This record gives sequence, C-alpha cells and structure tokens, in this order.
Amino acid sequence: MAITGPKETSHLKREILVRLIKAFYSNDFAENARLIPYQMRPKDYEATYRCCVYKERAILRDRAIAGLGLSIEDTDDSVHMAELAKKVLEREKPDENCLTVLQTACKGCVPSRFYVTDLCQGCVARPCVNTCRFGAISVKDGKSKIDTEKCKNCGMCAQVCPYQAIMKVIVPCENACPVGAIAKDDSGYTKIDFDKCISCGKCISACPFGAVHKKSQIIDVLKHIKNGKKVVAMVAPSMFGQFPCSPEQLRSAILKLGFYDVYEVAQGADVTSKTEAAEFEERMENGEEFMTTSCCAAYNELVEKHLPEIKPYRSTTHTPMYYTAEIVKEEYPDCISVFFSPCVAKRKEAMNDKNVDYVLNYDEVGAWFIALGVRTEECEKSGFKVEATAQARNYAVTGGVADAVKALLPEDIPAYSVTVDGLNKESIRDLKKYAKNGVCELGNLIEVMACPGGCLGGSSTINPYKQASKNLAKYVQDSKSCKNEK
Amino acid sequence: MDKKISVKVCLGTTCFVMGSANLQELLEVVPRKYGDKVEVAGVPCLRLCSIDWEFSKAPYVKVDDDIIKEATVEKVLNAIEEKLK
Repeated sequence: MAITGPKETSHLKREILVRLIKAFYSNDFAENARLIPYQMRPKDYEATYRCCVYKERAILRDRAIAGLGLSIEDTDDSVHMAELAKKVLEREKPDENCLTVLQTACKGCVPSRFYVTDLCQGCVARPCVNTCRFGAISVKDGKSKIDTEKCKNCGMCAQVCPYQAIMKVIVPCENACPVGAIAKDDSGYTKIDFDKCISCGKCISACPFGAVHKKSQIIDVLKHIKNGKKVVAMVAPSMFGQFPCSPEQLRSAILKLGFYDVYEVAQGADVTSKTEAAEFEERMENGEEFMTTSCCAAYNELVEKHLPEIKPYRSTTHTPMYYTAEIVKEEYPDCISVFFSPCVAKRKEAMNDKNVDYVLNYDEVGAWFIALGVRTEECEKSGFKVEATAQARNYAVTGGVADAVKALLPEDIPAYSVTVDGLNKESIRDLKKYAKNGVCELGNLIEVMACPGGCLGGSSTINPYKQASKNLAKYVQDSKSCKNEK
Repeated sequence: MDKKISVKVCLGTTCFVMGSANLQELLEVVPRKYGDKVEVAGVPCLRLCSIDWEFSKAPYVKVDDDIIKEATVEKVLNAIEEKLK
C-alpha cells in the first residue's frame, strides 16, 4: 500500500510555497520572495540540517526557485532572487519538464553499490569469493572486500553470504524510479533523463533530502486570478478526502481563492467510463484478448516511451481530465482552466491538452489555503452543478476505474479485471509480457495505476491513504450509482 | 491520578496541510496504548496558527494545557509519557 509517511521535507516544501504565495499577495512580490530564505533562517538561527545557516539559506533559495516554477539546475546562482521572481511574472507558459533536482543536496548519497559490512566474519567457506563471476571479491585482513572497478552490481555475493553481511547501498531516487530515468552522473550529481522520465513522481517521495522538486505553476495561476481572468478549477476525485472538510465545503474554499467556478473531474470520468465500456465491448466482440485502461498519465507516458508494444491493447478513450476540460472550455471559452491533481504526471498530460492551461497539486492548493487563511472546515457548503456518479468518484482508488467500466457493460460481455496497483520494475515486466504474448492469463480488463492505492497514493497528496480512502468512500457511498442512470 | 490526560490534535486546515493529517493515527494509537487514562480527539482549528502568523510551527497538538509545536506522533507520545510519570 502507498506509504506517505510524515516527512520533514514536505513540511519544508509546503512552508516555502505558503511564503511564496504570501509574497505574491504582498505589495512587493520580488523583494518578499527574495527574503524567504532569510525569514526562514534568520541571523541567530542554528543550522539543523546542514553545516551552517548560509548553506541552509542557499538551499531554501533553490527550493523557492522550484516554487517559482523554474529549473534549479539551469538557474544561475548569481542572479538575484528578486529578478527571478519578476521574470516569472512575465512567463507565458510553464516549463515543459515538470521536475527539477536540487543537486547540492545530492552529495549526501553515495553511489549505488554493494558493500561488505563489519558483520563479515571472514569465514572459511567464502561463498562470496567463490560465487563472484567477476573476481571482484578478495579477503584482506580477515574480511571480504569488493573491488568496485570489477564489481558489476549483480548482487550474488549478498545473496550467498551466510551472515547477511553484504549490503546493497542504494540511492533512494534511483531505486524508486521504475524506468531508470534518474541517476547520479560522474560528478556525483543526480540528473533526470527526461527522454526516459514518465513523471510518475516516485523520486519526489523517495528522496530523504527532498531534493527532487516539481516546478510549481502556482504563480502563473495567481497571476491570472489577479489580472481578473476567469479561472476555473477542475478537481480530481482523489481531492475529496484530502482536506478536513466535505466536498461541498472544499468547493466553496476553492471559490474563496478567487476561482470563477469549480468542476468535479468525476463529471469527465463518467464520460470516460461510458466511452471505455463501449470500446471494451467492441474489442471483445472482435475477439481481442484484453484491453488496458488509459486514464493514468504516468502509465500513458510509460507506453509512449518504454512500452510501445502495448499500445494496440491500450484503450483509446481519453482521460477524465480531458473530457472535463472540454466541457469547461465549452461553457467558458475564454477561461483559464486549472486541473487539481494528486500527481506530477498530469502536468505532462496537460501540456499536450489544449483545453488544460495549468495543473496544481493538492499540497500547492493546501499552501494557498494557509496563505489566505481559508479554513476549509469552516466553509459553507456549495454544491456542484453536475453531480457525478459514485463509480466516477471512485476512480481515485485502485480498482475503481475497472469497476466503473464493468458497471456499464452488458451482461453478455464477460469482464475479468486485473489491477496493476503501482508501476515498478516487476509490474512493467508483466505488462511487457502481456503485450508480447498478446494475452493476459489473469483477465481481460487491465487497470493500470502508477501509484500503489491509485490516485490517493499520488506523490502530491496530503492525507495518508488510509484516512483519505475512508473519507472518499463516504462520499462515494452518498452518490448516485451509474447503474440507475442507464 | 484520577483526572484524564486530554490530547487535542488540531485538524484545522493549516495544521492538516502542515502535517496533522499524519497525526490522525494518534486517534487510534493512543486509546489502544493508554486505554481510558488518556482522552484523545481531533479538534477544529485551535487558532494557534494565527498568532503572529505562526503557520510554520504547525501542526499543533495540545496535551492538557501544554502546546506542542511541529507535532509528530513521537513528540505527542513522549508528552503523554511525561504526564503519566
């Protein structure tokens, strides 16, 4: 299950966002943005994480740069923070790559490798020496030693050691990335290879230094609201249950931020369900073996970049975000549409969707509530114009999408759903196998979710999975079923 | 020691976003661990975040009259242990 443990890095990242938003609302955005590191680490502050207050400030500045939506790697240290803030206000479009790495924090990680610990007893059997096919292990001073030049990181030695004395030293981001898109380069700095990256955001959650940041689009959204544009929010189903309030209270809380209208993305999910059910029916009637869902943006990027062979099996139905944005732009052709998302991957999807202008994550919206003092739990209720169905609202949970499609299928079309509950090296291998063999022995409707638990396990959620799913379940329970609609 | 220790976990929006979402497990852990010696509840905004705009010290938890800043499960359990001594 998705583990979103309490992290001091999230606290830090959110604090910076709140301060940036506050700075935006102040009468001197540029200057107040510049002051953020100094406010957070004043003169007499004793450094808690780094060597000194100066380094902590420098790192906070870098984090604030990500909050401005800029790339930390590409930003020149000598440029004044106030200048950067000014430049951001002139930006027309957000950056294409949605992640950025605070490389100065990466020095803490040693490169991934196998390492003999003190537990090594220098035994007589020496299975490590004998198992290593590369002659990388020798015994020196009564202990095994790995020659890093010869070692190929196969891990056999660790498996055969009777004392479990050989450990794999991991780099958490590299370890979490399902597609090998993030790695340390020769200089020891972590780099993201955007040709491989599927924007799943697992590296963000994995890094204990909080070094991977998303480039925020919040300043862009704030700017449009300030300029009096009609800005419309589209709220993904997983957002209900993320805040200490009801969905109807959340709606008015969002309106208080200055949004013109708020739509439930579950409304678009209802269109997805209907379209996908019809597509599934047709495919099965044509004798196809299986179909995968197509609503997870990270999965879609995976298919494009690493799994093209599964494309014929992936549903061609659009995502709930797509359909919702279409509805919104039809209703308000001149509006700026903003999708509220649990993950980073949707930013990438939005960049290829002309109807979605910006994407904000739940932690960013949360920071906005804090900055303006909006107490969601005290907001009055405000209903959605179009009420989505229970099935659509349940898209946020693993199994929810497949269930929604199944609910709309005629009885003579047998559907057996399989859920891929989180993309990782193993599940990607399974998907590759289904594509290669043209058959999935476990079922014919494969729901793929990049995050364990589904969208509720997304990298930018606030509420832990257990609580969030409880809250969402209540909302789903109180909603009308799509079955009665037919 | 008849009086119950009272633990109030602030579940106002600021505290929730800054970390009390992760403190909700206290509502299960505390009764299991301390039975009826401790009374624990998630409460609406305690208004501590608006004093001098101290949102950065959220989440707040009140153990009897003591305020715990930047509360974690660990910190709260320690505070309860102290009181029970």
